[in-house]
Amino acid sequence: MKDLLSSRVAYGKSLVELGKTNPKVVVLDADLSKATQTVQFSEEFPERFFDMGIAEQNMMSCAAGMATFGLIPFVSTFAVFASMRAVEQIRNFIAYPKLNVKIVATHAGVEVGQDGATHQAIEDIAILRAIPNMVVIAPADWVSTKKAVQAIAEYQGPVYMRVGRSDHEPVYQSDFKFEIGKSVQLRSGKDLTIIAIGNMVSKALSVAEELSKLGFSIRVIDMHTVKPLDETAVIDAAKETKGIITVEDHTIIGGLGSAVSETLSSYNLAPVIRIGIQDRFGQSGIGDELLDYYGLSVSNIVDQSLEILK
Amino acid sequence: MEIIQVNELSKKAYQIRKLTLELLCEAKSGHTGGSLSEADILSVLYFSKMNIDPAKPDWEDRDRFILSKGHACPALYATLALKGYFPLESLSTLRKLGSKLQGHPDMKRTLGIDISTGSLGQGLSAGLGMALASRLLKKQNRIYVLLGCGELQEGQVWEAAMAAAHYKAANLTAIIDYNRLQIDGSNSEVMELSPLADKWRSFGWKVIEIDGHNIEQIVNAFEEAKQTVDCPSVIIAKTVKGKGVSFIENQVGWHGRVPTKEELAKALIELDERMKTL
Ligand SMILES: Cc1ncc(C[n+]2csc(CCOP(=O)(O)OP(=O)(O)O)c2C)c(N)n1
Repeated sequence: MKDLLSSRVAYGKSLVELGKTNPKVVVLDADLSKATQTVQFSEEFPERFFDMGIAEQNMMSCAAGMATFGLIPFVSTFAVFASMRAVEQIRNFIAYPKLNVKIVATHAGVEVGQDGATHQAIEDIAILRAIPNMVVIAPADWVSTKKAVQAIAEYQGPVYMRVGRSDHEPVYQSDFKFEIGKSVQLRSGKDLTIIAIGNMVSKALSVAEELSKLGFSIRVIDMHTVKPLDETAVIDAAKETKGIITVEDHTIIGGLGSAVSETLSSYNLAPVIRIGIQDRFGQSGIGDELLDYYGLSVSNIVDQSLEILK
Repeated sequence: MEIIQVNELSKKAYQIRKLTLELLCEAKSGHTGGSLSEADILSVLYFSKMNIDPAKPDWEDRDRFILSKGHACPALYATLALKGYFPLESLSTLRKLGSKLQGHPDMKRTLGIDISTGSLGQGLSAGLGMALASRLLKKQNRIYVLLGCGELQEGQVWEAAMAAAHYKAANLTAIIDYNRLQIDGSNSEVMELSPLADKWRSFGWKVIEIDGHNIEQIVNAFEEAKQTVDCPSVIIAKTVKGKGVSFIENQVGWHGRVPTKEELAKALIELDERMKTL
């Protein structure tokens, strides 16, 4: 049996590791430290942890001020609040002056489950991606999350990283190189490419497995950095395979699918099918059940893939 | 405090006002009223109170200043130029394409700007971040945040006020440029602020109320704030919007308009005359 571990638990553990080696790292949370798992850091380094109360806007601008002193603030809350309640704070006080603040938002996508639509950020990538100077990352599993935490701490500048809530099948069994802006090809193939982010990467691998049983050869790419997008990988995929399927637990407007389509819009290379939330809100339900309901199931992705493969 | 020093600081404030009007006239747009009302406070901070060195704008141990009411940056640019952060001549580039002097303060372009502002309501939060960082790093910096009074209608200001008191950020001093006017009218017409001192007190702040054009009171207020070691301090400085030029004073319409060449000439004569009486 494979170990299951959610990305947010991995985030919490990685922060503690980071805190041990980098005294500049401070963590801010808005009364959700148990859910975001920054609680692990708060127990280890209480003097470097700041609970800012249920006041996300103050938290963001406050982190900006800390960054001007050379600290590296990691700011966490649910993705819906980080990316929307406090977006203007992020834009004007963090992104515009390119301050070294890492926003790590958990509970993204409909995967959040039973809390329902108010707590399911399906627009965060679209919003953050539109802001100049921002790097936008969505790691696939816990190994990848640990790597990403290290990478964004080393990077100088603002980052938005979205982390899921639930336990996942691991995508990465062992060590691998995580480089911001450089996608990872998990499976080679010449018929079709599936590009996925976050919790959808393991699903993309299952889809490829299914399709291989039907005799197709499927390339799978983990596009952990949505911005800056690994355009080379996208263009190569469009040239070398018959089409691209993008998969994200996010609205199809403005997210990964849009980024990939925008990249390909000036070439006449290959069709792109965007699989994601079809411009509507989520609802309560079990995470996996919701993913199926909104079309993010292996069977639906297989069906859509066959549209191109036919 | 010695009379000579008070006069010196008053004179600097008048120089700030003159330069401010000149550069606003040249730029043909910008915020006049709120720039003139804060001039005495800027003069005291930059020419007496703050531990800063224009030759080392990135010096870690310097005190920090945040113009939370970022629209009133013309007076700050004038102050920074007078202090020697950049040449006086560059003031004429304000708001022009490619200028280091943006319409609202930009820390990446302008030496002496400690953080970019322009979106109201966020400066106190950033100041709190600096205050907490300074304390964590065991430094002695003092953090000053200048807010507008209309700006206090932003909810985030009160989030920051609550948090600063919670964290006992005594190295943080807020100054309110309490000129009672904003854009659509007076505070009372737009959104009542009083009882302002009580609000801050109830949030756990030390409140110091002064005449924001009285140099001695401003100096003493900063001293009192410095002596306060168990909570953050707020200086509520009663000011006159457009202070120093009779036809601009207390006129809500002068928030976001600039003087014509003729108005500038008239204003400079009046400022010179007032300066002579010091
Ligand atoms: C968040 C935000 N909302 C609106 C504005 C537009 N605005 C610029 S100045 C101003 C009035 C400010 O009044 P006050 O704080 O009293 O400043 P002062 O009178 O000292 O200039 C407004 C509404 C802004 N800059 N930021």
